[in-house]
Amino acid sequence: MFEFNYIKANSLNDALKSVTEHPEAKLLAGGMTLIPTLKQRLAQPSHLIDIGGLQELTGIAVTGGELVVGAAAKHFDVATSAIVTQAIPALAALADKIGDPQVRNRGTLGGSVANNDPAADYPAAVLALDAVIVTNRREIKAADYFQGMFATALEDGEIILRLRFAIPRRAAYEKFAHPASGYAMAGVFVADMKDGVRVAVTGAASGVFRWTEAEQALAQKMSGEALDGLVVDLTNMNEDIHATREYRANLAKVMAKRAVQKLVSSTQH
Amino acid sequence: MTRIELTVNGTKHVQEVEDRVLLADFLRDQLGLTGTHVGCDTSQCGCCTVHFNGRAIKSCTLLAVQANGADIVTIEGMSKNGELHPVQQAFTDCHALQCGFCTPGMIMAISAMLKDNPNPSDDEIYHGLDGNLCRCTGYINIVKAVKRSAEVMQTHK
Repeated sequence: MFEFNYIKANSLNDALKSVTEHPEAKLLAGGMTLIPTLKQRLAQPSHLIDIGGLQELTGIAVTGGELVVGAAAKHFDVATSAIVTQAIPALAALADKIGDPQVRNRGTLGGSVANNDPAADYPAAVLALDAVIVTNRREIKAADYFQGMFATALEDGEIILRLRFAIPRRAAYEKFAHPASGYAMAGVFVADMKDGVRVAVTGAASGVFRWTEAEQALAQKMSGEALDGLVVDLTNMNEDIHATREYRANLAKVMAKRAVQKLVSSTQH
Repeated sequence: MTRIELTVNGTKHVQEVEDRVLLADFLRDQLGLTGTHVGCDTSQCGCCTVHFNGRAIKSCTLLAVQANGADIVTIEGMSKNGELHPVQQAFTDCHALQCGFCTPGMIMAISAMLKDNPNPSDDEIYHGLDGNLCRCTGYINIVKAVKRSAEVMQTHK
């Protein structure tokens, strides 16, 4: 690790002040991605500003028909929250499948969404559930937020405070996890929303994306068979030592079908 | 350098640490608690697992400065009054270790798991040990030890 200075922010204002003062700083929450990145010397921030403990970033509640989750909510908190389990059980189930128990005890929703790893789980839920990313400056719709591999609409000095998720009638998430890392080789979140069906795919391509053909087919008939004739577009599929792009595209379809099956067997809200 | 105050195995420590020092290295090098092992240093193997305010975390993926004010328990803090913790005893009884390198991390992960779920099923045990690797691949006996310690801990509650 290169040298840096650690700053513990005691309030959001404190954090924003530090961010302005130190343009080469990085924000630290759970550190489950940032610390491994620093160890590999892939980043050289002048300062780490620890926002993991900020009161302004905590809290889980249902408000105005939406589920609101603070950015500093740990995966464990989301997985075990009675409020999340009641409002969007698929989101709690997704959180329980991230990484491993030790990672879930530290990693945060805001951190995962800010990092936008193309194989992370949360982006699929955020996009499928039409979530709004609330920052210190503005509200960003999920559709405008994710901009490809590790790229987001966040500007310098912008901090995610919380996310607001639309509550679906039913939803389900299925992923084929890489056996060593637990990251999604393909993960699909299917949400039966009041205004239609939304299908978001993570892990398979350079960034999370909506599979609109599947959405149309499932709007006609919410059943795994509705996806039989469809093919996932290969254009942006990832290809690496783990899987070819054709394999990943097929995996996305298989996970979509499994998610639909799970959704159909879940209780309607 | 930053001054941190933390409790480790019930003892309060006030120490100066370099900001980039990992909790695992702080425990090993500054406090001499070498029971916390560093197996991979890439957050994969779980050998460095300790309890941070009661929850299992990988101490190779946390800065010592982040542990300022925290209550840390390491493998050295598990036995009480010369008596092994039930999970430690179960590892001995079930022959759940071979080389023993992963054992401290396994025991810290399992004891934390049993706090959340005192009577886990096989699937719940596998899910709960997702973050710990045993390269001797002695998982069968490790799972046996989880079940044995769960039984013991429930009987002696």
